[in-house]
Amino acid sequence: MWRKSYLVGLLAVVLLSWLGWGQAGHEYVVPATTTLKAIAQETLGDAAYAPAVMRATNAKSLADPTYLKIRTLDMEIPEGAKLWIPERVWAEAFMAFWDPNRPEDLFGGGKLVVGSWWTAGGEAEGLNALFEIYDEYYPDVQIVNATIAGGAGFVFRAVIKPRLIAGDPPDTFQLHAGLEVEGYSPETYLTPLDELFEIMGWTEVLPKDLLDLLLYKGHFWGVPVNIHRANVLWYDKAIFDKYGITPPENWDEFFAICEKLKAEGVVPFVMGNAGGWEAAHLFETILISTMGAEGYKGLWTGETPWTSAGVTEALEILKKILDYVNPDYAALSWDGAGEYLIAHKGAMMIMGDWTNGWFMAKGYEDYGWAPVPDTGGIFDALSDTFCLPKRAPNPINALGWLMVCGSKEGQIAFNTRKGSIPARTDLTAAEKAQFNPYLRSCMDDFARDAIVPSVIHGAAAIESWVTDFKDAVNLFLATKDVAGTQRALVEAAEAALAAMKG
Amino acid sequence: MRRRRLKGERLVTLLLLLPSVIAVGVFVYGFIGWTGYVSMSNWNQLLPDYTFVGLKNFFKLFAHPRFQIDLRNLAVFTALFLTGSLAIGFLLAVLLDRKVRGEGFFRTIYLYPMSLSFIVTGVVWRWLMNPGSPQMGSTGINLLLEKIGLGFLKSGWYTDPRVGIKAVAVAAIWQMSGYVMAMYLAGLRGIPEELREAARVDGASEWQVYRYVILPLLRPITLGAVIILGHISLKIYDLIVAMTGPGIGFSCDVPAYFMWETTFHANRFAQGAAIAIILLLMVSLLIVPYLIFSVRREAEV
Repeated sequence: MWRKSYLVGLLAVVLLSWLGWGQAGHEYVVPATTTLKAIAQETLGDAAYAPAVMRATNAKSLADPTYLKIRTLDMEIPEGAKLWIPERVWAEAFMAFWDPNRPEDLFGGGKLVVGSWWTAGGEAEGLNALFEIYDEYYPDVQIVNATIAGGAGFVFRAVIKPRLIAGDPPDTFQLHAGLEVEGYSPETYLTPLDELFEIMGWTEVLPKDLLDLLLYKGHFWGVPVNIHRANVLWYDKAIFDKYGITPPENWDEFFAICEKLKAEGVVPFVMGNAGGWEAAHLFETILISTMGAEGYKGLWTGETPWTSAGVTEALEILKKILDYVNPDYAALSWDGAGEYLIAHKGAMMIMGDWTNGWFMAKGYEDYGWAPVPDTGGIFDALSDTFCLPKRAPNPINALGWLMVCGSKEGQIAFNTRKGSIPARTDLTAAEKAQFNPYLRSCMDDFARDAIVPSVIHGAAAIESWVTDFKDAVNLFLATKDVAGTQRALVEAAEAALAAMKG
Repeated sequence: MRRRRLKGERLVTLLLLLPSVIAVGVFVYGFIGWTGYVSMSNWNQLLPDYTFVGLKNFFKLFAHPRFQIDLRNLAVFTALFLTGSLAIGFLLAVLLDRKVRGEGFFRTIYLYPMSLSFIVTGVVWRWLMNPGSPQMGSTGINLLLEKIGLGFLKSGWYTDPRVGIKAVAVAAIWQMSGYVMAMYLAGLRGIPEELREAARVDGASEWQVYRYVILPLLRPITLGAVIILGHISLKIYDLIVAMTGPGIGFSCDVPAYFMWETTFHANRFAQGAAIAIILLLMVSLLIVPYLIFSVRREAEV
């Protein structure tokens, strides 16, 4: 007997959890024949939400035919019909973004094309975690993973731009938070997401520094999923222990270590530059060290002149570092350079904290981390966001995607796999415990440190400026001409600041 | 009656040609015109801006340090690639022409690299010319040099800014000299044995036979090879992408690579179009005289 009831109970649990899957909301059986508007009025408190109820119910019915298929907004809803009432925030967001000239959006189904440059390792796993969550909420939608490989998204961005101009964008795509958005002429090609931020309450749970970064021309254009730190010095513990070295806090200590290790036949500092941006990434962190948080930020707004002594000093430091790097750096990407650490042949490397995820994937545990010398207390940040193109073929499906990206559930699932910290700051202690030690320390630093935007990762400057900056550093690697490079940087700044004003 | 039929035939011919004429007109010449138009516009963000600015983009470009390096690289690359491919191709052809045993075997081996795409060549040579380091050990060519006791010849190859584009030229020569060999071999086989015999009877040394009889007769082939290799060289892009990227201090950069970066990364569409037009002009400097030359020859015949 107990066995039978146990089985029934188990069945009920399975059934309930199955029913519970799908877009947040609740089931509703119509007590007497009525209209959609009356139902919306009764359940959501506003008759205007009728289209949202129609969409939610239709989306449900695609996965579960016991739900009513609603063909028009003024169709009579018969007694006993089963409907799905979405959560109020969802209904609100839907109404804010639904275009009444697009009745096709009331039927659910269709595709969701997600463009990104996350193709490998933890990044791809993180993206898949988001897809799984999305699929739970919107089983009626077919997800198309439109990724294009290529370091830091340089290739992806080049492909997405002609598609935007041609009016054939994906439904949503990856975009760095900050001035990178200028490169997409967002007023023409993207939809502002201010209302969504307000409805979902994201302005309350995202840190102020990040919100400032996200604002461009007074609007939010992307929903942030994560935060990475760019100014991290990684070191091989085995080498440091062997020679009794502690992580350097300033450049003097750094170069003392370099001298010592060079004499021992170890590569003191490894880098790669096959992608063309890695050296510029290094230089950016050096600039932060010599200019300080405010001075560095001012470089990108025109408040600090590029003729400053700090810029000269930064170039001198980079020049000096080049005496200690691996000779094959031009042939290696940053992860290729990381192999030196794994093999205990190279001691230190400066790269963003995606390195942490890569080390873990490689099964390498003997590494330590510290801020880049002289940047303690400063957090060089970048963030990935997803945006909504104006001509997205399935805007409502994309809207659901943005909600998943902005949700706590989505951010935890994504970031634990990708190896970055959530953009939201409202995680409980138990939720934080799901992250690895590096990420937990990173979260603490983010809450405590001064936040500065990364330039090479799209936050601090418009893309044309980033390119000129990158080119100037690349040329410097060969010429080692401090004065000439500083002049080039000054000129690039003048041109970019003029372009931003015009 | 007859005239009408002629007219009808003409009409059919015209109709048959029309689709390709329109397609070529739009997709080749139309787009060339469009690129020219964009190159004189102010389109420097994603949103098109067709304000006419004259030749401003071109002046800016020639003053751009990266573009100056690119032009220098392109000149070095073209010079090395052309002379290298022609010399090695000719040498191989002459050797094979000596009726060696297993000629077909060698011919196939020398021709094989040409069947690869530049992407594959680039990846292979990227590894072959990987400099390695004392700590991680040598690879590729450097390892080979080390093993045969010529370690002092080790080089940074494409990672050394002083070598840079020259290393890329080696890979390109490797790929294309077999093709030049095939062209020359066909040419050599087309020269009647009597001519050589006659020269020898007249007391010409073997060197003089080649210098004064064979080479002049092969001139049309040399010209054809220069045209084919020349335009490949001026447009080179895929080999750079796969093998080196722009390199340290742009030591491996070429205009086509700069064009892609400035257009799609820096959003300077007008500048990118200007580079495209300059590339077109350079290629046409090479091709147009050849076209005129061959049209004239046809007329003579």
